[in-house]
Amino acid sequence: MVKGLIGKKLGMFQTFDESGHSLGVSVVQAGPCKVIQKKPNSRIQLGYGIAKESRLTKPALGHFKKAGVAACQHLREFPAENAEELEIGQEIKVDIFAPGEIVKVIGVGKGKGFAGVIKKWNFGGGPESHGSRSHRIPGSVGQCAWPSRIFKGRKMPGRLGGKSVTAPTVQVVEVRPEENLILLKGPIPGFRGSIVLIRKR
Amino acid sequence: MNILDELQKEQIRMDIPDFRPGDTVKVHVRIVEGNRERIQVFEGVVIGISNKGTGSSYTVRKVSYGIGVERVFPHDSPLVDKVEVVSRGRVRRSKIYYIRKLRGKAARIKEKISNL
Repeated sequence: MVKGLIGKKLGMFQTFDESGHSLGVSVVQAGPCKVIQKKPNSRIQLGYGIAKESRLTKPALGHFKKAGVAACQHLREFPAENAEELEIGQEIKVDIFAPGEIVKVIGVGKGKGFAGVIKKWNFGGGPESHGSRSHRIPGSVGQCAWPSRIFKGRKMPGRLGGKSVTAPTVQVVEVRPEENLILLKGPIPGFRGSIVLIRKR
Repeated sequence: MNILDELQKEQIRMDIPDFRPGDTVKVHVRIVEGNRERIQVFEGVVIGISNKGTGSSYTVRKVSYGIGVERVFPHDSPLVDKVEVVSRGRVRRSKIYYIRKLRGKAARIKEKISNL
């Protein structure tokens, strides 16, 4: 059994749990993924999505041809249990997950652009009033004549987000294999339409 | 149709009657006490409706022993057993929050005469 799937985040909506409390859920179209290649250490390469063959390079096309499957848009490697039982070209569906299970969701988080230190590093900022002119600036970044440079790793403003983020504990609320949908409790990284990996823990 | 819209459509309760701000409603709320479940009726005036897909809700206000009590009910909540419309009120606004400042006779709402 493969221990993960590639999916597409569709968005969020509100529903209710058994006790009647409202519950925000993220919807992911996970799979169907095809086994493309078997790798050492019982790792499996999965493919997701349909790629236009004219957009692919000849080596990439050859890779799919060898597996005997239609070209996929996204390829990712996952660990697997009993990898020998899996066949190349086999379809993996979302029913490998069960409701109530805790999974890991990996995706590229939303890019925040060039962010200041308050947003990026949770600095406190300066006083808002009493003649203060240092509202959101980082303040002192170092000493004086010694070392006459800024130490490496100093927290400064800069690009924030747009990097891979892992949501380590996400509960599965519902699995719908016929529609390839999985409903997860709470938010997951990325924006609507972005690719996420759902991994068993 | 969008998958997300379809999923949301499944959530919407079709058995909740249509009502508007100004209407007086009886909301039958399920209350779970340990293993027992009972139904409590909350009767009051709808002072606002918020339409947000599956997150839609409505606010019901009543005056209980001289103290105004407001409850916000999610439109599709399974904790709401049923909703009865007691009377239709004639109001000009979609949010009748001004009623909070009014007491006694001034806080009355004119009844809507239907089919006119």
